Amino acid sequence: MSSTRNSALVSRRAAKPHTSMFLRMLMRAAVLRRGRAASALLAMVVAAAVATAMLNLYVDVQAKLRKEFRNYGANIVVVGKDGQPLPADAIGEVDSALAGHGLAVPFAYVVARTSDGQSVVVSGTNLDQVRKLNSWWSVTAWPNASLDALVGTRAGAVVSPQRKPFDLSFQGRTTHLNPAGTLHTGASEDSRIYLPMKDFENWTGVQPSTIEIASSGSPEEVDALIQKLSRALPVAEVRPIRQIMEGEARVLGKTRATLAAAAVLIVATAALCVLSTLIGWVFDRRRDFAIMKALGASERLIGGFFAAEAAALGAVGAVLGFGIGVGVAAWIGRVNFHAPVVPRFNVLPVVFVGSIVVALVSAVLPIFLLRRVQPAMILRGE
Amino acid sequence: MFGRLVYESFRRQKRRKLLAGVAITLGVGVATAMIAVATDIGDKISRELRTYGANLVVTPQEDTLDVQIGGVDLKPPSDGAYLNEADLPKIKGMFWRNNIVGFAPMLTVSVQVGNGDNAKNVTLLGTYFSKQLTFGKQDFVTGVRITHPWWKVQGAWPDDNSSDVLLGESLSAKLGRKPGDEIEISGQPHRIVGILSTGGAEDNQIVAPLALAQQILGKPGAVRRLYVSALTKPEDAFARRDPQTLRGAEYDRWYCSPYAASIAFQLQEAIPHSHAEQIRQIAQNEGTVLSRIKGLMLLVTLAALFASALAVSAAMATAIFERRTEVGLMKALGAGNVSVAALFFAEALLLALIGGVVGFAGGALLARQIGRSIFDSQIAIEPVLFPVILAIAVIVTFAGSAMAIRRAVKFDPVYALRGEA
Repeated sequence: MSSTRNSALVSRRAAKPHTSMFLRMLMRAAVLRRGRAASALLAMVVAAAVATAMLNLYVDVQAKLRKEFRNYGANIVVVGKDGQPLPADAIGEVDSALAGHGLAVPFAYVVARTSDGQSVVVSGTNLDQVRKLNSWWSVTAWPNASLDALVGTRAGAVVSPQRKPFDLSFQGRTTHLNPAGTLHTGASEDSRIYLPMKDFENWTGVQPSTIEIASSGSPEEVDALIQKLSRALPVAEVRPIRQIMEGEARVLGKTRATLAAAAVLIVATAALCVLSTLIGWVFDRRRDFAIMKALGASERLIGGFFAAEAAALGAVGAVLGFGIGVGVAAWIGRVNFHAPVVPRFNVLPVVFVGSIVVALVSAVLPIFLLRRVQPAMILRGE
Repeated sequence: MFGRLVYESFRRQKRRKLLAGVAITLGVGVATAMIAVATDIGDKISRELRTYGANLVVTPQEDTLDVQIGGVDLKPPSDGAYLNEADLPKIKGMFWRNNIVGFAPMLTVSVQVGNGDNAKNVTLLGTYFSKQLTFGKQDFVTGVRITHPWWKVQGAWPDDNSSDVLLGESLSAKLGRKPGDEIEISGQPHRIVGILSTGGAEDNQIVAPLALAQQILGKPGAVRRLYVSALTKPEDAFARRDPQTLRGAEYDRWYCSPYAASIAFQLQEAIPHSHAEQIRQIAQNEGTVLSRIKGLMLLVTLAALFASALAVSAAMATAIFERRTEVGLMKALGAGNVSVAALFFAEALLLALIGGVVGFAGGALLARQIGRSIFDSQIAIEPVLFPVILAIAVIVTFAGSAMAIRRAVKFDPVYALRGEA
């Protein structure tokens, strides 16, 4: 009875002589020296977390900052060629080309006369959308009733100094407007009066001649959009607002380069931390190494043992660290951009492989150094 | 005896001390570089944000209303008031003169191009390209090449003292002219030296030196508006206060802060009969973008400090842990816990100081390299950073050693000497 069980054990061990012993050694090494193993794992986890957070931030910061840059307003403008009005379906064409990745606002302009004969530019537009497009406009109150006008500060001083309702005439037609709010931008808008598009069209009958577009995309996507719009609207001139596009590209590029330099430095420091901890860990166990060698283990087996241990540590550390790092990146995003950084899972393989490579290097390096030392010397404590 | 112990420890364990020292040096280096970059990034990005062009505009105080659609001026050119060109260099005499990156005066005139039947009305814009000016003893160069960096010229920029002109891209296509051709402006022939592309209204205009526009208009020294590009501090609640309501020290603080509003106020003082204002599209958004990037770099710097503190601690802990036998021997010979700990702390202090100094120098070099390769300018290292960094290095090294020293001291010397640690 017992002999059959024994023979079964013997045959099982004969079939896989190393695996079970190998695994047992790995497990025991981790359990018996909990303290050292835990500190090595901690270093691994922290390094992987820092690396993950930096890589995640680096990948995501462009999208986050691009959103901030859209506060500068439009980056594409569509105007009728030679001052012609745009076709009636132009705004529809633009909206379908944008497909939700941005904002398009139509503007129509006329030069009207005040009751004492002064010229003033009046613009009809969609005020709700302008509010979203041009967030820098400083407005006392946005108009919401019919025939309410948004009056630029300089225009206001001319048309209604006491903020009383005023009359404007265009080609013999007169309209009576109520100055609901005052607009201040420091640019040409200050000399204009803005009206809701419906009131403007009822009064002047003039169609929009300009569409301002804020497209939220990379420079390539904006270029593609410009090409598409030029084909869709042959009567119009579609051009990028270079001032906005070039400023954005430049600042974004510099920020990303700085962040990349920071990421390299931080990841290198984290790798160094892992390296020094793990080298210490393996070096500390030179006695195990010597005993194994004295018992007749081949160098390949010992190397394999330490390498497997390091790889396991690297893998576990990378996975735990990835989770923590994603959390840190999300927190940074929330604190700084008021929107969490989206976890990028394509960062995981990089962190995973990187962790294992660093762990392997730091395990194999001390083994390589110890290889030439006689086991007896180590066991004697020299 | 104590000094000799420390000295011998460094002499005999060169490899271990070197490893710990290298870890401290690298950690301090990375921390220094990151702190230097983070403290300077505001200045650097704010300079890069000047790519967006002028953030302040100065107009005559008694100006009439602009009648302008899509950049085309519809106001009769004789209308309105002007600034005096001779007042412009005074900008370099104001309090925040060093924050003024550049300025460009503008004067638009309606001119006739060509002659006879195919005469055409076109807007001519007079400005500085890169004009040499003098105020007091200082010479400086200013113009659209600084304030409007997105203007691109195919051909050459005209000289400010010549009567050569640039032709807007769309206009040149319409007229069929190219650089080197002559163009008749209001009856006078002028040479086209380049084709200008701006993506704005100037693409349909002629851009000429300011003096030429003044000559055509018949008003020497006249400037319609002045665009100023200035380095400013992001606006906060204090910046929005009205200077008229501020008193004494508060007024001084407001006046001496580089807010867009206070620079505008000073521009108004420097140029008589003027009205200066921030261009909100540029000035307001600059603050948001700047604070986002600064915040990001601050958090990243914290991460860097954390990582380097950890690296230093780990290296120190390993270095001390390896020396348990030594501790056992010292204790067996009768050393007290305090004297053993003192020895280790003294060694750590020495390592931290050496590593701190070398790391600071290395970090400063690294920061300079980053500044040069990314921003094409030096990153200034504040001297006050040196003691701060050194203090951080010592504290982190101590903190990293403390746990390991405590464990090493507590260890029973018998086990340590038998090698059963």
